Amino acid sequence: MKRIVDTANHLAGYAAKAARVKVVAAYPITPQTTVVEKIADFVESGQMDAEYIRVESEHSAMVACIAAAATGVRTFTATSAHGLALMHEALHWASGSRLPIVMAVVNRAMGAPWSIWPDMSDSLSQRDTGWIQFYCADNQEVFDTILQAYKLCEDERVFLPAMVCLEGFILSHTYAPAKLPDQATVDDFLPPYKSGWVLDVNKPYSHANLVSPEWYMEFRYMIQEAMENAKRLVPQIDREYGKCFGSEYGGLVEKYRCEGADLVLLTMGTMGSDAKLAVDKLRKEGLNVGSARVRVYRPFPMEEIVKLAAGSRMIATMDRHISFGMEGFLGSEVKASLYGQEDRPLFAGFIAGLGGRDVTAETIEKVAKKSLRMLDMGKVEKETEWVDLRE
Amino acid sequence: MASVPKKRKDLPLTPLSCPTEGSMGKTGSWRIFRPEVNCSKCTRCTICWVFCPDAAITRLEDDSPKIDYDYCKGCGICANECPVKAIVMVREEE
Amino acid sequence: MVTMKELPREEYLLKGHAACAGCGPAVSLRMLFKALGNKVFLVVPACCTTVIQGPYPFTSFAVPLQNVLFESTGAAASGVVAALRQRRIDDVTVVGWAGDGGTADIGIQALSGAAERGTNFIYICYDNEAYGNTGMQRSGLTPYGAWTTTTPSGKKERKKDMPMIMAAHKIPYVATACTAFPLDFVNKVRKAKDILGTKYIHLLAPCPTGWRCDTSKTIEMGRLAVQTGLFVLYEVENGKFKLNPPSDRLVDKSKRKPVKEYFAGQGRFRGLSEQDVAKIEKWVDEDWDQYRRLASECV
Repeated sequence: MKRIVDTANHLAGYAAKAARVKVVAAYPITPQTTVVEKIADFVESGQMDAEYIRVESEHSAMVACIAAAATGVRTFTATSAHGLALMHEALHWASGSRLPIVMAVVNRAMGAPWSIWPDMSDSLSQRDTGWIQFYCADNQEVFDTILQAYKLCEDERVFLPAMVCLEGFILSHTYAPAKLPDQATVDDFLPPYKSGWVLDVNKPYSHANLVSPEWYMEFRYMIQEAMENAKRLVPQIDREYGKCFGSEYGGLVEKYRCEGADLVLLTMGTMGSDAKLAVDKLRKEGLNVGSARVRVYRPFPMEEIVKLAAGSRMIATMDRHISFGMEGFLGSEVKASLYGQEDRPLFAGFIAGLGGRDVTAETIEKVAKKSLRMLDMGKVEKETEWVDLRE
Repeated sequence: MASVPKKRKDLPLTPLSCPTEGSMGKTGSWRIFRPEVNCSKCTRCTICWVFCPDAAITRLEDDSPKIDYDYCKGCGICANECPVKAIVMVREEE
Repeated sequence: MVTMKELPREEYLLKGHAACAGCGPAVSLRMLFKALGNKVFLVVPACCTTVIQGPYPFTSFAVPLQNVLFESTGAAASGVVAALRQRRIDDVTVVGWAGDGGTADIGIQALSGAAERGTNFIYICYDNEAYGNTGMQRSGLTPYGAWTTTTPSGKKERKKDMPMIMAAHKIPYVATACTAFPLDFVNKVRKAKDILGTKYIHLLAPCPTGWRCDTSKTIEMGRLAVQTGLFVLYEVENGKFKLNPPSDRLVDKSKRKPVKEYFAGQGRFRGLSEQDVAKIEKWVDEDWDQYRRLASECV
């Protein structure tokens, strides 16, 4: 085991190396660039036995990964914002092809106008593409989650691609201490690449030619089944990882001081870390607040949300993005998860941190206190509120 | 040969199709005209075999052509290209 | 030069496929496999060949075939080549087989990228001069004056010179070919297989459905395209330009058949005026001046 101090982007590169990825195809985009630069460095110096295809666009990056995965090797790529958006049709193709590709998404706001700062619009607007989605709160988690993702995706009950999301600049370029496990330990945890199918001259197939209405729906149902399986496997793999490497993250949802909480704050990504600080301060003031960080957004942890709701009187979600014409995705899906329940807690949705606007522990404290006031009144003023919006 | 799925459990993970003759069924049914080879005129040059888009002409051991009428679409290329006009296109009976 | 009787009998494009009657590309697909056998990984974007496979669970192709997104042939091929290399598999030829759209329009970026990276594969553009799969809309490779469903009064722009665009990438091998000259095509494919790097073959593949001619005229139209000098058979090997037979004899204008003979056989050129034909004839002469210069420089 080696202790280093490095950025989340570099750690993503280290993870691809540790996972013995064989083909990387990627295109640079701020704030992802240092992921691919690190990998280029590893490959050229011989530290990583792989090929780095310097493709000419993100669309080509995903396509090359799909083609390489279908030809029988472990693949990796990384992107952000518009790069991810450019790959959109290829994301669908990857999941429909049931290929276990892992991609680091360095979350960044979407234009127009240009913004290089973090928010989750990019990855969340790809939630329907059949990709498993992880959201990380710190650098170590980025490294660990990439390895967990390969294990999950290559499980024969899953065979789906996954994106491991990390906020741009907050994590991507920030140096923090991290532990790199020995290669031998990684090899024990992550066996050699396995895919559900491969193209071979000895057994020729045509992959993905036309499927009529007669069978298309069933192929889609199988993807849904795989997502359900992934939901069960994530906590198992997280625990197994914890046993091998010493760090685990609470499975699908990382809960913090939620027992007996009147209010549970739901967040994703780094807001989850700041929420812990806010909770500690509020608890000191005698307020019954807990926080829960949704670590896996797809498949959506419905059952975990229902459990959290059963134990609390109010849920407030903080979305680092907005679905125009409706609300934040986390807010919507939490409510959808709770719709079928007899007793539902009060709900308030908050939009915060768009385009990299800072969300600190103080901000979250403010959100919590506002929510508690609504809880006292027994009703919510506005279903969705924008935090720190200028007049 | 591909096995046609009957139930969902028969499906592969992702659509993987097997090499099959007649993937579109018996395409010979598309024909309006059928090619007929005059064997005595045929010089066994193999030009018709080379130019058939459908691989419906088999080149036999002695290089003479054998037309598979199950799959011949009746395009007429063989007749048009035959250097000695040994192939004629004959209208199919209704 | 291989002879017809030397071509192997095995078929890897199986009969009963979904191509139109008289399909030029289908003839050349058969010839592709005659050239390479079945140790081929085909990468096929959205194009007529997507449909020619037939529907799941069947395919008419007896080689591994990856259907890929429309604009991505070059990038997908790069992925396949890299994976095969990592798996130490070196006895398989990766072939990108794409139509005009997937090559010259939506797919040009990925192709250019793959060529610039020197991806070790053969890219074949089977050019039927329109977007066939979606019903014959114009492409960047549709010739001047041709009717298509999106240029009903005839295309106003000239055909993009894809082979020369690819030659400008300084890849080791660029060639043109035509369905009507199958042995020339087989030779070129076999030559390409043994060259390391990106190889591009531009194949004129007549399409009775799109060109509006009788299904029996596919090969005849291909032959005329070459005999009129409208389509030229040549190779650019490591930057050296060489005309191939029968195009090599057509430097002499008197040996070129009149372009009107070619246009007369196809309904898509029905709208050509006398001025259009004169314009085209002038362009043919200009292009041939260039070919003559290139051929004499590379003696």
